[in-house]
Amino acid sequence: MTLVEELQGFLKEATTELAKPDVDVEAVRVTFLGKKGKITGVLKSMKDLSIDEKKEVGQVGNQVRTAIQEKIEEKKAAQAAAALEEKLAAETLDVTLPGAKPKIGTPHVLQQIMDEIEAHFLGLGYQIIDDPVDSPEVETDEYNFERENLPKDHPARDMQDTFYITPEILLRTQTSPVQSRVMEKHDFSKGPLKMIAPGKVYRRDTDDATHSHQFHQVEGLVVGKNITMADLKGTLLSIMQELFGEKHQIRLRPSYFPFTEPSVEVDVSWNEVTADTKPEDIKWIEVLGAGMTHPNVLKMDGIDPEEYTAFAFGLGPDRFAMLKYGVEDIRQFYLNDTRFLEQFNERGN
Amino acid sequence: MKTNLKWLNEYLTPGLDLSKQAVLDLAQQIELTAVEIEEVGQVAAQQDGLVVVRVDELKDHPDSDHLKITQVFDGQEKIQVVTGAPNVSEGQLVILATVGAHIIDRESGELVKIKKAKLRGEVSYGMLAALQEIGLPDAVCPEPIENGIHVFAEQDGVNPGDDALAVLGLKDPMIDTDLTPNRADLLSMRGMAYEVAAMTGQKVAEVADKGAKEAAFLADDQATVQIGETGLATGVALSVVNGVSVDKSPLAIQSRLWTSGIKPENNVVDAMHYWLLATGQPLAAFDLDRLADKVITVRLAKEGEVLGQGDGEEAMALRSGKDIVLVAGEQVIALAGIAMDPMFKVSHSTKNVLLVAGQYNPSFIRQAARRHGLRSESSFRLERGIDLTNTKPALQSAANAVAKASDATLAKGQALAGFDNIEETVIETTVSRINQVLGTTLSDETVVDLLEKLNLTVANNDGRLKVTVPGRRTDLTIPADLVEEVGRLYGYDNLPTALIDGQSTAGDLTRRQKKIRASRRIFESLGFDQAISYALMTPEKATAFNMMGKHPVLALDYPMSSDRTVARQNLISGLIDDVAYNVARSVKNIALYEQGRIFLNDNAAKQPVEEEHIAAVLVGSLAESTWETGEKEEEVDFYALKGRVETYLENIGVDQVTFKQSKAHANMHPGQTADVYAGDIYIGYLGQVHPEFVAKQKLPVIFAFELNLEEIILLSKREVTYQPISRYPQITRDLAILLDDQITNQEVLDVIWESAGQYLKDVSFFDLYKGQGTPDGKKSLAYQLTYQDQHDTLVEEKVTMDFAKVTEALAKQLGAEIR
Repeated sequence: MTLVEELQGFLKEATTELAKPDVDVEAVRVTFLGKKGKITGVLKSMKDLSIDEKKEVGQVGNQVRTAIQEKIEEKKAAQAAAALEEKLAAETLDVTLPGAKPKIGTPHVLQQIMDEIEAHFLGLGYQIIDDPVDSPEVETDEYNFERENLPKDHPARDMQDTFYITPEILLRTQTSPVQSRVMEKHDFSKGPLKMIAPGKVYRRDTDDATHSHQFHQVEGLVVGKNITMADLKGTLLSIMQELFGEKHQIRLRPSYFPFTEPSVEVDVSWNEVTADTKPEDIKWIEVLGAGMTHPNVLKMDGIDPEEYTAFAFGLGPDRFAMLKYGVEDIRQFYLNDTRFLEQFNERGN
Repeated sequence: MKTNLKWLNEYLTPGLDLSKQAVLDLAQQIELTAVEIEEVGQVAAQQDGLVVVRVDELKDHPDSDHLKITQVFDGQEKIQVVTGAPNVSEGQLVILATVGAHIIDRESGELVKIKKAKLRGEVSYGMLAALQEIGLPDAVCPEPIENGIHVFAEQDGVNPGDDALAVLGLKDPMIDTDLTPNRADLLSMRGMAYEVAAMTGQKVAEVADKGAKEAAFLADDQATVQIGETGLATGVALSVVNGVSVDKSPLAIQSRLWTSGIKPENNVVDAMHYWLLATGQPLAAFDLDRLADKVITVRLAKEGEVLGQGDGEEAMALRSGKDIVLVAGEQVIALAGIAMDPMFKVSHSTKNVLLVAGQYNPSFIRQAARRHGLRSESSFRLERGIDLTNTKPALQSAANAVAKASDATLAKGQALAGFDNIEETVIETTVSRINQVLGTTLSDETVVDLLEKLNLTVANNDGRLKVTVPGRRTDLTIPADLVEEVGRLYGYDNLPTALIDGQSTAGDLTRRQKKIRASRRIFESLGFDQAISYALMTPEKATAFNMMGKHPVLALDYPMSSDRTVARQNLISGLIDDVAYNVARSVKNIALYEQGRIFLNDNAAKQPVEEEHIAAVLVGSLAESTWETGEKEEEVDFYALKGRVETYLENIGVDQVTFKQSKAHANMHPGQTADVYAGDIYIGYLGQVHPEFVAKQKLPVIFAFELNLEEIILLSKREVTYQPISRYPQITRDLAILLDDQITNQEVLDVIWESAGQYLKDVSFFDLYKGQGTPDGKKSLAYQLTYQDQHDTLVEEKVTMDFAKVTEALAKQLGAEIR
């Protein structure tokens, strides 16, 4: 066997070695390419050859070395890839197991409704009155009733059973007294008054699915020159479409509140109303009371009813939440079952 | 008010269309123009198969001692019916529910179908019925059910084969309207007639009963009336009818009463009710011969006076100086508009009757009805305001009706008191004002036409209106009232829809509002759900977790339940109620916060101080994963709560926050409670609710805090300032010290910061160790101190020097051993 043949045999031999799956690549390298390796051995033994033969053997030796080197690199890369694959396979998780969920608290559903109302009216340039000075939950008979054109013994006082503390102090039955507290202070030279007053109110009621001795109201009031009932209608349409969806319509029916004249009840359509909807197919739901502020109320707050006109409305967040989400029992809002509260956790509505 | 439209049509020309759809349309129109509708339809809308039959034969049931077998005639054939009615007899005209008929079951209120039945072996083709059994409420049936089946009277004019429901008026179209307190005029057929006429273009003709046999002698000669004090009544009128024979009213009268919700009694009392319904004028009838004195005085009750002694019924104590009473001589015969002494009621033996129509002061009537808990059809109308111009005509019709019902004699004239100060209401306004408020551009003609439709008298002088209001419309007094009349008749649907124009205003939240809203957002980010609890509770709960001592409670004068009698002075009590509610429903992990008012009633004559607070409770586990970490390790503790409070205060902008151990809160764990201060200002507390407190209620461990938002709003005025992040390196030193157990972290921190020098940026606590390796009464604490120079590279030597000062100070001031 010539040296050239011997060297070419090494390539075959190394290739065979490297083809074994568990081959120790480093050992193969040492065996063939190392300082004391087989190739070096052959090259060392060619001192007796002619120059031409040396040249030929040297060339073949280098070719074989390079070829084995390449095979080794190839094999190393393949082994590394296999090892990585194995490692990753070992690290594979069941992605369907539950994640570690940090808890975010949920704003109360009534708060969410009030937030929505507030955002709407802020956009329309209203102030929000909700501090204890202008919107106290414990009111005087004077502000809760008398200034609202409900003198003592007025039959309409029957509409609101009241928790009295003393004959003159009571838990407010409505957010309307905020109107008077703000109106009497407002500087009309700086423009009209536009306000809403969200807050808790109380009635002497037995708690059941549809009655609660504590609930919420959002009072609205606009006082200015040339405020009309058409403005009231437009304002109510806009808030109802905000809360219930833009395809819903409202209708006004005559009603009676001592503090407004004319007074109206407002119904919102339960279904969406389009140009094709027949009037008899609209289901109306009563949602709020409103009206043009009674001249007596304006007068008592130092406003000339000849010069200024005003409208007022009272929104019921509890009722809205019940309607909007189909909550069947008003008490749910105040018992704070976390499973109830956390159902309303969708943000950005 | 239940309005029988057949009856209403007696007032209207040409008259309403009473077909089913027309009635529904009318109801809709009433709802959009006047008042809400409670119900539309017929009293007996679902029932059928009820016919008038004559009892032709009657024999005892062979196998029963109370059943009878009848052969009844329905106008065409004889039908065998078995009945248990005690009052059945031959020749009667009665109601048969035929086989296949539908009636409302008295017990269940459900519609049931009558079937052919065998009663103890005898076949019954249907059932003889009482009024109660065909759907009329017990309260309006003239006879109790025990008396048996309904029997028509001869003069009722019914015949075998007639539709029983029709002859009983139970198929008359009805509209039941709700009432707003102002529309007292809609409490009578007459008032409804004017209202409906205005919206349907009908003409109204007043209805009166007249033509009774009139006597030559005067009512005045038999009885007189006087008003004792001014202000009690604007007028009272009396009529006298002589020689009545008291009996049942004709079916036509009775059916109108029971469809209107009133129980027929006799032909005198029924006439009072009938004309009350027709006109809205309260009317009362007395047995004249039983009155010892024929001078009727309207006055206030005196001390010790009662109503109704005899008759075995309990006497009703009257409110001296407050109740308006009618007295005959000195005998109290009635509480005006509300109740009368049964002794003077019209009975079957009554021969001569005194009829009284009064206009009593609404305010007195309202209070009396409330205080005595007695609401009557009369008081209801009186307190809302009756037509003062119609009292005398109403009484006149009622007296005629009484006289005609039993061919009695009506004494001439009426005995009167008052009626001299009844003024006409005239309202002046302009068409432009009406348009201005409504946002419309209605012409003078349109406005005048709308007002005239309501039968108001309008004088128009180039848009300046002078409107005379009839007595029935007591609700119309000021120009704004006319705006409403025009608006509602024109139709609110027809109003334009606008949005306020003119000067614009800026809508913005105040700083206070922003802070409160931000506080809520922060606690939600920290994992707390927002609770809204009841503000009313027991006095114990109201003060159980006060921040600073007890204040006098704000107590309800007349609470609804014993659980809710006073206003809260802290929020934690309400949150603990919420915890209890959740725990009872097997909810284990609870994080709730609440923002709301507390009430400090320090001056009973004034409104209380109302403060906004924010509070929270933490119960159970805080684990984010349900399986990766053991739940035990994530159990809430003091530090979990404290950390959340610290994060909140940092983010809301409260500085210089310190926590001081506190034993001052009786219902809190004395070793795990801290008062929270910002500088010197007390802002609240946090800690574990006392183990005894939760044990009593069988509740788990609860951690809670309450903070005064008012203080936080005032304190959180930090200006946000930007500092560039230093590009110079930080150097850290770890510090481990051994010191007495009693020394607090706060004390250590105070010493570190005092002695640290200018480069110390941060101190973080990272270890607490007690036990093996530390002597008794000692603990080991470990801190990492971070140094940095904002403007230069800090040299190691400088830090080493500064750090040495800290260790020296700790050793000297706290006796700390540096490890």
